Amino acid sequence: MSLGGPIIRIQGLKNQFGDQVIHEDLDLEVQAGEILGVVGGSGTGKSVLLRTITGLNKPRAGRIEVFDHDLAQVTPDERIALEQRWGVLFQDGALFSSLTVAQNIEVPMKEHLDMPTHLRDEIAALKISMVGLPPEAGSKYPSELSGGMRKRAGLARSLALDPDLIFLDEPTAGLDPVGAANFDQLVKQLQKNLGLTVFMVTHDLDSLHAICDRIAVLAEKRVLVVGPMADMLRHGHPWLREYFHGPRARAAQPNLDEVIE
Amino acid sequence: MADGWLKLAGIENGGMLLQAGGSWDARNVTRLDGELRGLLPDFSEPLTFDLAQVKRLDTAGAWLLYRTLKDLRERGLQADYAGVTVEHAAMLETVAANDQPCEIEPPQSSSFIAILDHLGGGVLDVLEEAKQQVAFLGLILTTLAGTFRHPSRLRLVPLVYHMEKVGLNALPIVGLISFLIGVVLAYQGATQLQRFGAEIFVVNLIAVSVLREIAILLTAIVVAGRSGSAFTAEIGSMVVNEEVDAMRTLGLNPIEVLVLPRVLALVITLPLLAFFADMCGLFGGMLMCWGALEISPGLYLERLQGAVSPWSFWVGMIKAPVFAFLIAMVGCLEGLRVTRSAESVGQQTTRSVVTGIFLVIVVDAMFSIFFAAVGV
Repeated sequence: MSLGGPIIRIQGLKNQFGDQVIHEDLDLEVQAGEILGVVGGSGTGKSVLLRTITGLNKPRAGRIEVFDHDLAQVTPDERIALEQRWGVLFQDGALFSSLTVAQNIEVPMKEHLDMPTHLRDEIAALKISMVGLPPEAGSKYPSELSGGMRKRAGLARSLALDPDLIFLDEPTAGLDPVGAANFDQLVKQLQKNLGLTVFMVTHDLDSLHAICDRIAVLAEKRVLVVGPMADMLRHGHPWLREYFHGPRARAAQPNLDEVIE
Repeated sequence: MADGWLKLAGIENGGMLLQAGGSWDARNVTRLDGELRGLLPDFSEPLTFDLAQVKRLDTAGAWLLYRTLKDLRERGLQADYAGVTVEHAAMLETVAANDQPCEIEPPQSSSFIAILDHLGGGVLDVLEEAKQQVAFLGLILTTLAGTFRHPSRLRLVPLVYHMEKVGLNALPIVGLISFLIGVVLAYQGATQLQRFGAEIFVVNLIAVSVLREIAILLTAIVVAGRSGSAFTAEIGSMVVNEEVDAMRTLGLNPIEVLVLPRVLALVITLPLLAFFADMCGLFGGMLMCWGALEISPGLYLERLQGAVSPWSFWVGMIKAPVFAFLIAMVGCLEGLRVTRSAESVGQQTTRSVVTGIFLVIVVDAMFSIFFAAVGV
């Protein structure tokens, strides 16, 4: 799928829990075919934003359009159709613990598609291989897998229906640096091969450098800036300077200052 | 978006030409798979798939094409794609690179072996649990002995807190249940005894059964369901959260901090609850006798004194601290046996209630034999 038109359009979003306002007047557009990284300090509502777009959290105000459908206006049937066009990877995979990895991947296929068993099994095996899991992983239960493997399995499940858009909630959190780098490459490769649009909440500066086309920074209850990495590095806002030029940022991109100069 | 379609376009250069078009995606593959399978057996000539009119191809559609081609080639036929766009070629390559079948479920052994395995596993589990219970009993007793030598190590605030939770807060439910059982006993006993003109003996029936067995047994069962499960869930979620490990690294003894206050609280309060249950049961019986059998409260109390010896009361009360200890011990042990997952908290909590009630009833039966042997 080529670049063209926003796939997600958020206008004037407001989220509030009790007295605490999380988002106020938040605008964001996600373009088709891009990898958008969403960053922000703890408590700036990155995950809340993801949950709001996917409909797990009802906003106080504002308009969210996904695939040109206003989420507040859609009928239940349209909503189900929309949900099949996106996949979500939760932080620890959120696999169903009573099912094997392959059965987990088959859940959305069973629920939404009238597929014969042999075809479902073949496609589940295909997805398992696509996310880089060994074939033995298919018949294992989530409790028998490592954290990194659970994330890969969760990614395979989110790809089960071949969605156009996937949401990743801190995909590299809790992985060792090698595992995290591999996961980044996997996301990048799948995005390229399948023409996915990726909405990724992350804290990982390496991921931002390595795979994100654009970065959206959440601060002061809204999206402060959106743009490619180079824009982030030039931006003068104190939080951005600290985030992208702090000691860990230097470690992630050793020749960072030379890049700017 | 147009539905996927497939049609036989005819013979070309000595081979068959199959045209595919529309959406070859997850939503269409079931139908397309059926159509392909219907067509394939007829093929005996070289075959070309023309994909020029395919609008959308996802992994499911690409898999279908790839697999069909693979099957044909395995049968020794020539088969190939034509009219492949760059995007579709990438998709077909991705699929080809990931042709790696896998098991969906772990292999199942034959059902007879599986039943034997299950049975054996169950027996071993019970033995293992019994062993752990004995070991835990010893651990609690040695820690308790240590606390007697250094009474300052006893944690008074948690003790009082747990006494309130397991004792005071259980009063309404324990009282209500015992009261109702008293009423039921009086009513059922009276209808039977009336046949012999011996209604007055209903007082003996109530007094002996409530004091010796029913009040304490019901109280213990309610407490096992109410507090034994709470002990497991509280300690279990602390285990999941690594709080218990944190305690150990800080030099705190979880048995002393978590287990002893709960065990002592229950051992102190369960006898009090049992006494309260005795009174409520007798009171319920008295009201029923008065209302339905015209045995006045005065007469009821007089018969009561004749019917029971102090031992009837003590037989019930002696059991209370033993039951309390069992329930609290099982509750805490199952809590500490939680592994670091949320579902294990649920499993252990169920287990704690079942084991607690089971042990209470087994020990109650042993008490009955013992008291019969010593003749009280």
